[in-house]
Amino acid sequence: MNAPTGIGARVKRKEDQRFLTGTGRYVDDLPLARATYAHFLRSPHAHAKIKSIDTTAAKAMPGVVAIFTGKDIADAKVGGLICGWVVKDKHGQPHKAPPHPVMAVDTVRYVGDTVAMVVANSHDEAKDAAEAIKVDYEEKPANVDLAKALDKGAAEVHAAEAPGNLIYDWEIGVKADVDAAFAKAAHVTKLDIVNNRLIPNAMEPRAAAAEYDKGTGNYTLWSTSQNPHVLRLILSAFVLGIPEHKLRVVAPDVGGGFGSKIFCYNEETMVTWAASRVGRPIKWTAERSESFQTDAHGRDHVTHAELALDKDGKFLALKVETIANMGAYLSTFSTAVPTYLYATLLAGQYTTPLIYANVKAALTHTAPVDAYRGAGRPEATFVVETIVSKAAKELKMDPAELRRKNFIPSDAFPYQTPVALQYDSGNYPPIIDEAIKIADYKGFEARRAEAKSRGKLRGIGFSSYIEACGLAPSQVIGQLGGGVGQWESAQLKFNPTGNVQILTGSHSHGQGHETTFAQLVSDKLGVPMENIEVVHGDTATTPFGMGTYGSRSLAVGGSAIMKAADKVIAKGKKIAAHLMEASVADVVFENGTFKVAGTDKAVPLGQAVFAAYVPHNYPLAEIEPGMDENAFYDPANFVYPAGTQICEVEIDPDTGVVEVISHTAVDDFGNIINPMIVEGQVHGGIVQGVGQALLENAVYDKETGQLISGSYMDYTMPRASDVPSFKLGYKVTPCPHNPLGVKGCGEAGAIAAPAAVMNAVHDALAPLGVSHVPMPATPLNVWQAINGASK
Amino acid sequence: MTIPVAMTVNGKSVSGKVEARTLLVQFLREHLGMTGTHVGCDTSQCGACVVHVDGKSVKSCTMLAVQAEGAKVITIEGLAESAEKLHPMQEAFRENHALQCGFCTPGMVMSAIDMVKRHNYQLDEATVRRELEGNLCRCTGYHNIVKAILAAAPAMKSAGV
Repeated sequence: MNAPTGIGARVKRKEDQRFLTGTGRYVDDLPLARATYAHFLRSPHAHAKIKSIDTTAAKAMPGVVAIFTGKDIADAKVGGLICGWVVKDKHGQPHKAPPHPVMAVDTVRYVGDTVAMVVANSHDEAKDAAEAIKVDYEEKPANVDLAKALDKGAAEVHAAEAPGNLIYDWEIGVKADVDAAFAKAAHVTKLDIVNNRLIPNAMEPRAAAAEYDKGTGNYTLWSTSQNPHVLRLILSAFVLGIPEHKLRVVAPDVGGGFGSKIFCYNEETMVTWAASRVGRPIKWTAERSESFQTDAHGRDHVTHAELALDKDGKFLALKVETIANMGAYLSTFSTAVPTYLYATLLAGQYTTPLIYANVKAALTHTAPVDAYRGAGRPEATFVVETIVSKAAKELKMDPAELRRKNFIPSDAFPYQTPVALQYDSGNYPPIIDEAIKIADYKGFEARRAEAKSRGKLRGIGFSSYIEACGLAPSQVIGQLGGGVGQWESAQLKFNPTGNVQILTGSHSHGQGHETTFAQLVSDKLGVPMENIEVVHGDTATTPFGMGTYGSRSLAVGGSAIMKAADKVIAKGKKIAAHLMEASVADVVFENGTFKVAGTDKAVPLGQAVFAAYVPHNYPLAEIEPGMDENAFYDPANFVYPAGTQICEVEIDPDTGVVEVISHTAVDDFGNIINPMIVEGQVHGGIVQGVGQALLENAVYDKETGQLISGSYMDYTMPRASDVPSFKLGYKVTPCPHNPLGVKGCGEAGAIAAPAAVMNAVHDALAPLGVSHVPMPATPLNVWQAINGASK
Repeated sequence: MTIPVAMTVNGKSVSGKVEARTLLVQFLREHLGMTGTHVGCDTSQCGACVVHVDGKSVKSCTMLAVQAEGAKVITIEGLAESAEKLHPMQEAFRENHALQCGFCTPGMVMSAIDMVKRHNYQLDEATVRRELEGNLCRCTGYHNIVKAILAAAPAMKSAGV
């Protein structure tokens, strides 16, 4: 018997065969005849005026085809890169929008800012020529320290368009009400944190290749994009002006994204623009050091928070002040991340009745900062979950008990938070109970004592996160300033022989759409998995879609597929009714077959499909031939996954080394289609969260703005030996407003983990009087905290 | 100036003319069109480019093509007997969902095979984790990669590979 393939089955992935045999096709793998290769010259300075660029010697180098500078692009009237989300400040004014030229014209604003593009017959020749370009810079003071970026006298990144480096001063909630609640509080817990800056580091570096067809005037861009249609829209409507129907964007196999491949970048813009000028295809693939310097970074907040509690430990109010780093230019969705994806999550899983948050977005002479796995929600969870654990310590309460006391009760859903979101569903107490059981919380003190006997400090940390993902509905997103819709598309394209292509506007760069989406259709329509092909990532073949980010693909894209499948069934019923000479109302669809209830008449779906393409005996007066159904799904609300993670660490007090001993995650993702894939998402997310907590840190030199952690020798990526195997569990409250009852699972691990790990670190160090270790809790930071505290 | 180079890749004799600075990975990808071997960094840290050279795992971004003159090179493309019969390590990666985006996978699989052989088909979790020091994965959190390697070790032994 074949293994089950329906909803809930651990179906092995369809895409694995090619990835395991070296036959995947990533952008850099594309064979393009007569290709040229691009290399970009980057600014070595954080802030400098470009006095002159001399390309004479470089142009004479072997193999050089063309060299373009920022001036060439400006002269060609190419538009700047855009920020697609207009956030209005606390006075109702749109955020400051400094220009983002595709290549620097007269000023460079971060180390890695693009100065020139060299196109040559080989990559090595392009690189050699780039070294021969002479740029005369006049160095200027750089503004690198986020905490001081808004201070008077800080070097301005865009003096004219964003004086004082302020992009917006935004708030949510009523400060006076929150202040009044604080005045009555029995206890106030205060927290000062830096949410460390991260570099996404998808293992496949960004890449772009473009080709121009002189005969048709059509462009093709292959890009490592998470959302090829949105990239095309931006390039067409705002940047290059190539009409959408003359530009095809293909995102083939893409090696991880984590947010960093959502955005429209200058390199893909340049290779497209230059392809028609050069008259040959152009390929570009980032070297890892370029990825470090120029991929949009993540996180980077400086935050002060205060939590007011009554004498019983009930939360009365939360107050949060955050400065969020935007970098030197506003990346595509940068403005939304520390506002609508951050402050709206500050209620967490709790009934905190009053919340006020003030967010100031600041420019610095560093790489742009934008969405990275979780985007705003990990930052919010870190604030809420560390301050709750800190409050528990201060009040000498059990951290699980304090959480339970404040959880939104299960009968309160839908629950309106004081920060705009309305949670659709959830049941938090059973989640923490399950996590406590799996993690053997009861046995912890014995383990702590045992560790102490070995000279180790053992700690345990909780993190009960909420996530809002599958951004929606489009109208609300529009009211909040989002420049795009938030629906997803699907097309079920049956072929006459009965096999089917699922065309989706979302995109897989590791998430396993080709399997999960096929399971949906196999389950719903009874088509065997091997007869289903999922097609994604090509604007020429798939319907316009929004792509994949924010854990949206299944909740939004999967729902669109279900809608299209409903249309297939509806049409199939009419065909089958005709074939069976029955009334449509009497036809039912079960296990892939149309039947007339109470009779033995049956028409398999494949037969109905064949009839639709060979309509010799077909109700042509009522319905059209063909079986090719489209659907667009615009959700009624976000989905709200929630869960609890429990981390246990051991610290060597002599060296400051933190070891993660165990890590438990219990999640409510609603209904689960493929548990194997979901677990993989959780594992990967947790490790990115552990990476943020213990290892990863994007460090710029505060004076010069040089990126110090600019390679894998300096930026500590989590390795297999840094983490244990994980213990996972599930609780299910189905999402009430999408047809699958699903929530998102892609970001949860990364959202919850940093607070769980840091709470464990703080718990371990509490006996030494340490109440705060900065992230990442490297041996140095931990050792300094221990030794600072004992002095 | 170019230099002639010849080697065996996945059992086939190949040759070409390369620059002195051409890396083995460039020769495989750009000269032979064998794009299964990936490049994920420029500091020999990520391990996406691992291949076997004369039976040992090597980061092919850290070796010049000319250094592989006369060598027997095995890449990810050369592991499976056929599309239906994968190498036990490939099979274990599929069975255990040890890959997501697939980019680090070729190097992971090549390193893992070498690891299993060097440890005489006997591995425990701590050893696997320590041995994976030279291979980065950003998707899986390593959990399922470790599981796959532990499952593949006895499978490789019984398959005699």
